[in-house]
Amino acid sequence: MLQRCGACGTFGYPARDACPACLSPDLAFTDAPRRGTLLSETTLHVPADVHFRERAPWRIGLVAMECGPTLVTHLHADCEEGGLVVMSFQLDKSGQAVAFAHPERETPNMTDDRQWREMTADPKFRRVLVTNGRSIVGQEAVAALKTAGASIVFVGVAEPWKPFRGEDALRAMAGVEIVPLDIGDEKSVADLAADIGGKIDILVNTTEHVRAGGLLDRQGTSVVRDEIDQSYLGFVHLAQAFGPAMRMRGSDGVNSAAAWVNILSVYALANWPVFGAYSASQAACLSLSHCLRAELRPGGVKVVNVFTGPLDIEWFQTVPPPKVAPRAVAGAIVSALKRGLEEVFVGDVAEDIRQRLAANPKAVERELGA
Amino acid sequence: MQSSIRTPYNRVVMAVPVTIPYVRYSIESAQWWIGRALKALVDGAGITPRDIDGFCVSSFTAGLDSGIGLTQHFGLCVRWIDTIPLGGASAIAALRRAARAVQAGDARIVACVAGDTNHVDSFRYTLENFSRFNQDAVYPYGAGGANASFALIARNYMRTFGAKREDFGKIAVAQRSNALRNPNALMKAPLTMEQYMSARPIADPIHLFDCVMPCAGAEAFLVMGEDVAASLNLPAAKILATIERHNAFGDDPVQVRGGWAVDVDELYAMAGIKPDDLDFVETYDDYPVISMMQFEDLGFCRKGEGPDFVRQHDLTIDGSFPHNTSGGQLSVGQAGAGGAYLGVVEALRQVLGQAGPTQVRDARVGLASGFGMINYDRGLASGAAILAGPDA
Repeated sequence: MLQRCGACGTFGYPARDACPACLSPDLAFTDAPRRGTLLSETTLHVPADVHFRERAPWRIGLVAMECGPTLVTHLHADCEEGGLVVMSFQLDKSGQAVAFAHPERETPNMTDDRQWREMTADPKFRRVLVTNGRSIVGQEAVAALKTAGASIVFVGVAEPWKPFRGEDALRAMAGVEIVPLDIGDEKSVADLAADIGGKIDILVNTTEHVRAGGLLDRQGTSVVRDEIDQSYLGFVHLAQAFGPAMRMRGSDGVNSAAAWVNILSVYALANWPVFGAYSASQAACLSLSHCLRAELRPGGVKVVNVFTGPLDIEWFQTVPPPKVAPRAVAGAIVSALKRGLEEVFVGDVAEDIRQRLAANPKAVERELGA
Repeated sequence: MQSSIRTPYNRVVMAVPVTIPYVRYSIESAQWWIGRALKALVDGAGITPRDIDGFCVSSFTAGLDSGIGLTQHFGLCVRWIDTIPLGGASAIAALRRAARAVQAGDARIVACVAGDTNHVDSFRYTLENFSRFNQDAVYPYGAGGANASFALIARNYMRTFGAKREDFGKIAVAQRSNALRNPNALMKAPLTMEQYMSARPIADPIHLFDCVMPCAGAEAFLVMGEDVAASLNLPAAKILATIERHNAFGDDPVQVRGGWAVDVDELYAMAGIKPDDLDFVETYDDYPVISMMQFEDLGFCRKGEGPDFVRQHDLTIDGSFPHNTSGGQLSVGQAGAGGAYLGVVEALRQVLGQAGPTQVRDARVGLASGFGMINYDRGLASGAAILAGPDA
């Protein structure tokens, strides 16, 4: 994404308030052709800032984009001076969008690049906690994270003496450890954090508490209270128990804390009355995630929100397709971590809601309530 | 040679070169340094602060004070004022503005001052808060500061024109040898080519001795009418020509030239001399590669011939091309905006014959230049002036 002048078509960078070619203020951010040439590079041995001092030597370069602007950029180690590069913007550890130059063609072990890993939260070599191993999404997430190279995946299971579907497969997986965790129970969460809190590089909150219904067809508040206890207060318990240690470990050598992942219903963004109270609990979690993101940012730990439409699980039995396969959510988690993204939308429903909200949020409210 | 249509700086002169000796770190404020420079100006001219009716100031570290706040701080009552935030081009710009003000009668005596302090952490602070483009699109990339930006420029220059590190080294080594004759220079130890080459890397190809040392200090001069200087019995220098140009060659993907190249013919036309007529040159040397670019852009050789020009010349005070005779910022230190003034003040001393141990023999006409403001990927501001002694 670069600014492009609506009047004369000139691409500009860094961000401006008037076009340097014609002074038009009409400068929308648009997808720009991503190719450029690496004109010059340098390796910084003595950066002025403590963050980069710790990470020196650090390589940056100057890229002339084919669409015009020159970008100061972070470099993938395989970029060669004078060669073609492909650019992307990434969120760095401070949450700032920064330019990153990739080699034009795929190179061996490309994603292991030291500077690239600073921009992402790649699960490879990292230690992960998946909070709910009883759910299919949790089990798929464990499998996907192991496949992506996570060194160990801890999986929370409430009341572990109770058997559950998929338990045998989970226990059979190498590098997976089942740990007792009931996120609705503050003490259970605190106990686990006391045990493994200092080892968690990525936390994937796969809590799932879905109940149909809105307000008027429910008697009393017990179902709503359950939703809040599990989804919202569960999130609070997790954040208070694991967040501080993760924030402290954001720069803890190569095994640093890197990301916190929430799986949220896309109806957190717009209430769907058929699952109205559930939507509200998800909206509360979304709001809290923004608070957590701001509070983890000083430690360089990303918060990733994975928005999904109704999952293909029994709690959404009555909902007609398209539904999202739990495996697709797991894939989206890994992909977002590998790419260092803060927000991803999984499946057709989530993408549909995203686009409609951008176009006309009031209409979405009315249509979901129709 | 082209002819200039600009009004010459007739009967306007510069006088009283002032340097407040630098220190690496200072617990004083920028105001303290500027105040000392003003005191040295009035003492040197034999006037009182009341006689100063024009004030032009540059500082990175004066906090919220611009020139106007400083008038009250220093008890100046002026009828002409300017605050020039052009970094390394501030002195040339100050000279140009002040000279025209005096010429037009808007001011009688203008004090041009740059002063900066250097607290233990102030350089990093300046770096972090330099400009919007810098904050958005440079600082987050490893926080290499000017070293990183000039590393990219230097590396491209080396590859494009065949400059070697030894060529930059020759500039730095010559300046150190000049600095050893300047008691105000912070660098007191000789520098050999071997030491230059084996110095630790900062941002390849920039190594330690390619970098200036940030420090505290102040520099200043007065601009006044020829008649005023005469009435005060002050030795004074003529301003033969000046140029200034900003954000030139924006389409060059990497900076290989500065704004001087746009106006260089006009510079010599106004002065009525050729580059060969200059007795010494004081370039803005935040990095040797920038001095080398100026050898090209200021007409001493063609673009790309800078490396060869350096190989062919002896750049020391007694050499074939006396350059940065004080030792320059590379060896004297960079006192913030004072770095812009260093070459101009030294040039003034040279043409007045007041340079003492760094005096170039029979120096009558010399050039000083300025360069500054790496807003994003290149230095934006540039300027140059040609000064002549009273007998030139």
